[in-house]
Amino acid sequence: MLNESAQAYWRANLRLVAFCLAIWFLVSYVFGILMVEQLNTFQLGGYKLGFWFAQQGSIYTFVILIFFYAWRMSVLDRKYDVHED
Amino acid sequence: MDNLQLLTYIVVGATFALYIGIAIWARAGTTGEFYVAGKGVHPVANGMATAADWMSAASFISMAGLIAFFGYGGAVFLMGWTGGYVLLAMLLAPYLRKFGKFTVPEFIGERYYGNSARIVAVLCLIIASITYVIGQMKGIGVAFSRFLETSYEVGLYAGMGIVFIYAVLGGMKGITYTQIAQYVVLIFAYTIPAIFISLNLTGQAFPQIGLGSAMADGSGQMMLDKLDQVVTDLGFHEYTTQARLSGLNMFVYTMSLMIGTAGLPHVIIRFFTVPRVRDARTSAGWALVFIALLYTTAPAVGAMARLNLMNTIQTGEVGAAEGNLVYAERPQWFKNWETTGLLKFEDKNGDGRIQYYNDKNPEFAAKAEAWGWQGNEMVKVDRDIMVLANPEIANLPNWVIAIVVAGGLAAALSTAAGLLLAIASSISHDLLKGIFMPNISERSELMASRIAMAGAIFVAGYLGLNPPGFAAGTVALAFGLAASSIFPALMMGIFNKRMNKAGAIAGMLAGIGVTLFYVFQHKGIFFIKDWTYLESWGQNWFLGIEPNAFGAIGAVVNFVVAYLVSKITAPPPEHIQHLVEHVRVPRGAGTATGH
Repeated sequence: MLNESAQAYWRANLRLVAFCLAIWFLVSYVFGILMVEQLNTFQLGGYKLGFWFAQQGSIYTFVILIFFYAWRMSVLDRKYDVHED
Repeated sequence: MDNLQLLTYIVVGATFALYIGIAIWARAGTTGEFYVAGKGVHPVANGMATAADWMSAASFISMAGLIAFFGYGGAVFLMGWTGGYVLLAMLLAPYLRKFGKFTVPEFIGERYYGNSARIVAVLCLIIASITYVIGQMKGIGVAFSRFLETSYEVGLYAGMGIVFIYAVLGGMKGITYTQIAQYVVLIFAYTIPAIFISLNLTGQAFPQIGLGSAMADGSGQMMLDKLDQVVTDLGFHEYTTQARLSGLNMFVYTMSLMIGTAGLPHVIIRFFTVPRVRDARTSAGWALVFIALLYTTAPAVGAMARLNLMNTIQTGEVGAAEGNLVYAERPQWFKNWETTGLLKFEDKNGDGRIQYYNDKNPEFAAKAEAWGWQGNEMVKVDRDIMVLANPEIANLPNWVIAIVVAGGLAAALSTAAGLLLAIASSISHDLLKGIFMPNISERSELMASRIAMAGAIFVAGYLGLNPPGFAAGTVALAFGLAASSIFPALMMGIFNKRMNKAGAIAGMLAGIGVTLFYVFQHKGIFFIKDWTYLESWGQNWFLGIEPNAFGAIGAVVNFVVAYLVSKITAPPPEHIQHLVEHVRVPRGAGTATGH
């Protein structure tokens, strides 16, 4: 069985993943598809906002999310002493 | 030979010489180098290679064309083929890298303790990969048929030869370095024309900004508003709100592509090639940075191509007798694409002018009839030609057009090579060494995988000669298959300690079974048109979801079936539960071993 620290590490990882995937879902499925009509009443430059999220904004957010996750995980790796090298 | 053709030969020839040179310089000597490049690839370099591996003919050639005609609905491809990297970075890549083996079926075989799971995984992998390769072969054929002015078949044979040389010789090590060169070629090829066109239309150098800016014609009208107006004036749906069938269909389609991206074996094995677990996380991020460069440009390319195309044909006021292009005065690019058969005009009302409008819109068709229009005369506009024709439509210089050809070929070849490697490794490493001939020497295994790869090239080439559907449509299907079989098995293997052999196998078979049933029911068994069945059920009968989007439903079926079956069967043995605990922490990830 895993020791407590390893279990705590895994739970912290799961919380972080859940947080990141919530944002992932929000910018693509909610802003880009489900609420696109409501958001389209706003403009971002020449873009309708919902259209912008669907074809531009969601992709930028995905990139930021992965680096954010990688950075938070490297902090967690050290905190729970499971890092490499 | 005219100037453009000569330039094209020079540019394409030079890039091919570069790829083959790199492959010879980096040829693989060991199975480790052949399968995973000896695990010594820097995360940024690996990200770039992953981007090239993964951005296929569908991304390069087809996607902007699809966006041009689907408008807002094209977002399913944009979000679907990028969002999967978030899933990959958080749910699969670091853990599979920690596990430290060569292939995806190897993980499934070990995690679900036995050859039966491994064989099912190999089967799913081969079906998904072959389907995907068909799409690449179509892309290669389209690119060659137009620009080298050879037939589609000759272009395909040439492409097969090139892939054979560098993939078979180099293995993963050769492919990785070749793909870095291919990424550079394809991203230049994609962005340079986009920048030119964006400058032309809006005065903005960044297409991402140009798409959201005002037209440079002094009208002050926003580019997207202008496009909306031009297309609705001809009876088409407003560009920025045109959904793909329905909101639900778009939701499911996007989900299928995302899960499928994360489940495609040739993408996953890229993350076995980085030195450490934490490199697998950042490498996914870098891959997405390089992919996003193209994917945020594509919406601008699509929208601007559509605007240019409409304006080329509808030269004046809609409805005025003089408002349409005279067929005899059509531009050179129009004639060139007509000879390929991918663009067709039919003078229905015999006035010698081209009317391009939406005759399926009854209200507008009635109005058009009053003007003497007797139906849409652009009877065929193959969406796959849009990116390749775009620089010509926008009157860009010949060297830009030559680079676009090289870029399209780079995209198709890099993906084909990556897929062929995934197929070859699953045959030689999983089937031969893992199951049927465990005592095979490293030398023989290497030889077997080269033979398997050559065999896969021939099968892919044959299927490329008889391709079903649009390149992107075919590829979307491969994503559905990967989504419904491989991704759920991998994810549950990491996140659910209780998941056992019976559950995983039942889940995979149920997921891929349901997906294939739906797809083949619509498109015919093995895409043979006459082999459809249950036609009386109608099109998209399940909640209005199209077959290409069905992978997400298959994935849900997979998860549910696997969970239920695992509940009523015995839990996995203790050493498997230790294995799961082991992959969940980064420490102790050594260099991988073959078994």
